[in-house]
Amino acid sequence: MPPSCVNSSTVPAETLTIIGGVDDPALAGAVVIPHAVVVAGAVVFGLIAVGLAWPVPVALARATWPTRAPVMALLLWQGIGLAGGLSMIGALALTGYAVLPAHAFAALIPAGVFTVYLLAHLAATTVQVTAQRHRHLALLELLTSPHPTRARTRVLDDAVPVAYCLPRGAQSVTVLSQGLLDRLDPDELVAVIAHERAHVEQRHDLLLLAFRAWRSALPWFPIAARAEVEVAALVEMLADDHARREVHDEVLARAILQVGAGGVPGAEKAVSGSTRVGDRFRRLAG
Amino acid sequence: MGTLGELERAVMDAVWDAPEPVTAYDIRDHLQSEGRTLAVTTLLTVLSRLEKKGFVTPDRSARPHRYTAVASRADHVAELMHDVLGTSSDRTAVLERFVGSVSDEDAAVLRQLLDRAG
Repeated sequence: MPPSCVNSSTVPAETLTIIGGVDDPALAGAVVIPHAVVVAGAVVFGLIAVGLAWPVPVALARATWPTRAPVMALLLWQGIGLAGGLSMIGALALTGYAVLPAHAFAALIPAGVFTVYLLAHLAATTVQVTAQRHRHLALLELLTSPHPTRARTRVLDDAVPVAYCLPRGAQSVTVLSQGLLDRLDPDELVAVIAHERAHVEQRHDLLLLAFRAWRSALPWFPIAARAEVEVAALVEMLADDHARREVHDEVLARAILQVGAGGVPGAEKAVSGSTRVGDRFRRLAG
Repeated sequence: MGTLGELERAVMDAVWDAPEPVTAYDIRDHLQSEGRTLAVTTLLTVLSRLEKKGFVTPDRSARPHRYTAVASRADHVAELMHDVLGTSSDRTAVLERFVGSVSDEDAAVLRQLLDRAG
């Protein structure tokens, strides 16, 4: 039987009202959904949730095309994350209804708890990252000097060649070390700055934050950690593409080698280039 | 980061440069010798901001209060560089680096590109 508007007095015993008991005269004309539809909905949402939690992201992580179309791949990762979360909530809500058709409130508790759990992780991650950025900015104010010509750019008096941005919306800061300024040619520096500006302008920090929250909320999903690594690598490719509009690929490659291949003391050892991280370099050469 | 940040940096440099705990008056004299004239009340405001941020600690038993740096400049640089150079994913969301350390294999890929480009 399809879902339809019927008077409560005509509702068959096997149907379910969304709001309350079928005998409530206030519910005359309320939408009622057959139990079988609720069960089928729960199964469909459950299958979508499982698919988006496992085979779909695994296939996307293994695919080679994201390297050629990082924008499309990032949109897909966002869609998978969002739809995955919503389908889990939907599956829980419908399962609740299927199990407890007469107790609407109790039936919604698991879905509600899971929703609050996900939002709490997003909030906690945001607070934590904001606090770390706040502390880092305080250190920058004391230890770096403003770049003589570039706005919102600071120079760190350190011989290690590093460049990074600290995203803070309109107050984002780009930091260049003296070691980097000494080592890079002017056109290599243009590449580095264009790369960092892309991170700031395209708000990559928000994407990274969302996927970090997703991983911290679902640590038992190996794919959540994989998604975070993939998104981080794709974001680097987007920033590289921004830089490649201003300089030749060789210039960007030279800048990457100057900064990354020097064997920075204190830096953790780079992992092998079989992952998406390595793809960032291979696509320049390809 | 406006002029207030620059003021904090100048005051902190003065605290770091001094061999022993300093008062706001000492800092005023130090900055005066560098050609910057600042009122003691301004310096006290800056010092209280630095105290809230955990960079200086005052000795309130002395009048006027004497301020000491919580950690050396080198310690704070080390803290900063730890944020920057770590590859743990906990930090990737905090700041976005141009590039981390490049593996030997990836460096070879990039050198090939440069060889081809001549």
